Parts: sequence; structure tokens; C-alpha cells
Amino acid sequence: MLELLLDPLFHLPFVTGLLLAPVAAMVGVYLRLRDEWLAALAYAQLAGAGGVVAVALHAPVMLGAVVAAGGLAVIKGLLTRPGNDHYVIFILVGWGVALVASAFSAHGDMVGKSLMDGQLYFTGRPHLMAAVALIVAGVLCLPWLSGCLLMSRFYPDHFSANGLSARPHQITFDLLVVATVAITTTSFGVMAAFALLFVPAWIAWRLARGWVWVLWLAAGIAVAAYLLSFVLAVVLDQPFGPVLVLVLAAMSLLRWLPMPVPGRR
Amino acid sequence: MQPLLVCDGLIAGYDRPVVGPVSFDLYAGEVVGLLGSNGAGKSTLLKSLTGQARIFDGRLTRARGLRMAHHRQQPVRPRECPLTGDDLVRLTGAGRRTPPDDVARLLDCRMDQLSGGQFQIVQIWACLGSPADLILLDEPTNNLDPEATAGLIRLIREGLGGRTLLVVSHESDFIQTVCSRVVPVSP
Repeated sequence: MLELLLDPLFHLPFVTGLLLAPVAAMVGVYLRLRDEWLAALAYAQLAGAGGVVAVALHAPVMLGAVVAAGGLAVIKGLLTRPGNDHYVIFILVGWGVALVASAFSAHGDMVGKSLMDGQLYFTGRPHLMAAVALIVAGVLCLPWLSGCLLMSRFYPDHFSANGLSARPHQITFDLLVVATVAITTTSFGVMAAFALLFVPAWIAWRLARGWVWVLWLAAGIAVAAYLLSFVLAVVLDQPFGPVLVLVLAAMSLLRWLPMPVPGRR
Repeated sequence: MQPLLVCDGLIAGYDRPVVGPVSFDLYAGEVVGLLGSNGAGKSTLLKSLTGQARIFDGRLTRARGLRMAHHRQQPVRPRECPLTGDDLVRLTGAGRRTPPDDVARLLDCRMDQLSGGQFQIVQIWACLGSPADLILLDEPTNNLDPEATAGLIRLIREGLGGRTLLVVSHESDFIQTVCSRVVPVSP
């Protein structure tokens, strides 16, 4: 079993996933902050559809995923108050487009199936490079972005009251979400990407006391779930995506642990 | 002395006018109350100062570089919220000041574990303790019992530090106690 896990074939996918899992979880925390948790599935589903359409157009899968997720970000920006109802429509469109586009070619069908199944083992060097770039971008802009997103949420008129534009941080966050979802979806598959964006943040939201702890706890849960899923998927010879989803679903029971008591950090 | 803010015949609302015309000036260090009955448009007037309500007529002039903090009538408080009071006061810059004891004992709690009154006090301190030049408090006595209201009056007196405060309330006694000047507001 150890031999299988240490197979050089799995090194690159393993490292790529290990970098992406905590990033996706942290982005999920901010999506939850903005009450946009269902947007995570809409982004993932459309990124998957974009990847399949890209195959039909003989374009790179990741490029198609980025363009489709970016399209959603633009539409979301044009809607003054995008609610979860809008995201349901995007999810349905993404699902339908992915299945229709995959019927056009055998390659499209294979890519569509792998995005639905979630086969991390097919990730290559571009995914790893993209994951590293994503982390660098996140580390650089998160200190500024985090404060802006929190102010927007809890003091909605702070920006207009002080003659400041909210657009720069809104656009930066949307770009970060688009990049994270596109890379995570093409690496983990649609549902596994959504699970990483949703479940760790959902658990941490309930258990953590303090904003910094929410971020660390969500990232920690994502890494733990990822490592466990990787081992289980290799050992049991199962597709990675569904195993990760099931592990995260099981970990969601952690939400029923007692909430933190004031005075005991 | 130049005023921080001038409202001259201001008529404000949303789809249609709700309040005005209202005229008043605000000078540095003043505590001014906007007093009016429920539905008079006091909150709408404050929102017009922060750009959240539409100005239909009149003139609003702000001092250059004026920084504002706005405590809304219904502050944002998600049903489940892991942020602590400490997170909130750090966010607005109030974390740089030493909070009064009444506030300090609440800062370690998650926002969803505070009572309505406790949350109100933390929110008000997050605005009062911020580096804003002009602080807008909209119905700050909401959810407060008489003892907490007395604590709020102390908080305003000790926490303002010579800055300017514009308070909206329908409670005449509270306005008369904390304000140096009162502006009546009617629809």
C-alpha cells in the first residue's frame, strides 16, 4: 500500500491537490461571509462546462474553465443583488451545457466524465504552476482584501460614506474566486471542488471563535480531508472526487460539536 | 471655523422623497441630535449622508477628507457569525483604543453569542473607537434597558474624544441628555 502511495506517478497530483485544498477552503470562507455559498457550485459547474466546451473548440480545458467562470463573475457583477435563485439557474445551465458539449466528441466525453468523476491523478504541471501562482496571488492580496470584504459585509455604507470605491476589492475577489474554482474544478472535479469550497467553511463557521481561527480551521479541515481522501482513493482504487466528497460529508458531523465558550480559546 | 458638514434644504428618499427639506450645519466637537417621530425619515437622512439614500433636492457639503462611521439602526448581524467583538473593533480601527470595562468584557465573545443589547454596545464602540471624524449613531438605544442606556451615555461622553457625533433617536430624554443641539426632523 505504501509503495502505491509513494509511486512517483502520484507526486505531482498529490502536491497540486495539497496546495489547492486549503486555498479553496479559505475562498469558501469568504464566499460564506458574502452569503454566496451557492455561487461556489455555480462557479464549479460552469467551470466544468467551460472545460468541456473548450475541448469541442480544440482549446485548453483550463482556459475554457477560466473563461466560463469569468463569464459568471461578469454576469454576477451586472446583477445588482445576485441571490441564490440566480445561482440555481447558472448551475442548471452549466450542467446542461457540459452534458450536451460532451456528446460532440469522444475526447469531450472523456473530459466531461473526468470532471464529473473527479480524477485528480490526471492533473499535470500546468495545474501545479497555476496552484502556486494562485497561492502567491492570495498571499499578496488577502491582507488588504480581507479587511475590505469584512467592512463591506458588516458596514455596507463604509465605502460610499467615505468616498471610496468598492469596485477594486469586489473585482479582485471575483477574479480570485474565478481562478480558484477553475483550477480546483479542473483538478478535483465539479462536486469535489464545490465540497471543498462549502464544507470546511461551513464547519469552521460553527466551531471557530474569531475570524483568523475560521480561516485556519477551514484550511486545516480541507487538508485533513484531502490527505485522508487521497490515501483512501489510492488504497481502495476509487475515483478521487467522490471519495473526497464522502469524506467531507462525514466530517460535516463536526458541526454538531459544542460551540466555543467565551473565555476559553 | 469651517463646518464639517452642511445640509442645506436637503430632501432625501429612495424611489420618492421621504424627508425634508432639512437644514443644519455640523461643527467639530459637536453632539447633535436629530429628533422626530417614527417614520419621520431620520434614518433616511443619515443614509443620504452616507450615500445610501437618494438626494432629490438641496445641497450636501462635506469637509475635505471627512471620515465617517455609521452605526445603522439595524446593524448587520448574521444568524451564525464566528466573528468576535474583538474582530469587529479591530476592523473599524477601534482596537487601537483601550475599551471601557463594559465593552472589554464582551470582546472575547462570538457575535452570535451576545444578547441584542450587548451586541449593540459592541457595535457602538466599534464606531466610537474608530478614527472617524464624524460618527453617525442611528437609534443607539435599541435593545438597551435603562441601565445599559446609562452605560451608553457614559460611553458616548468618554469615547467621543472631541469628535463630532450625529445621533438619531425617537427618545427625547436620551437626545436631550447627550446632545448639545437638537434638530427636529419631519417628513
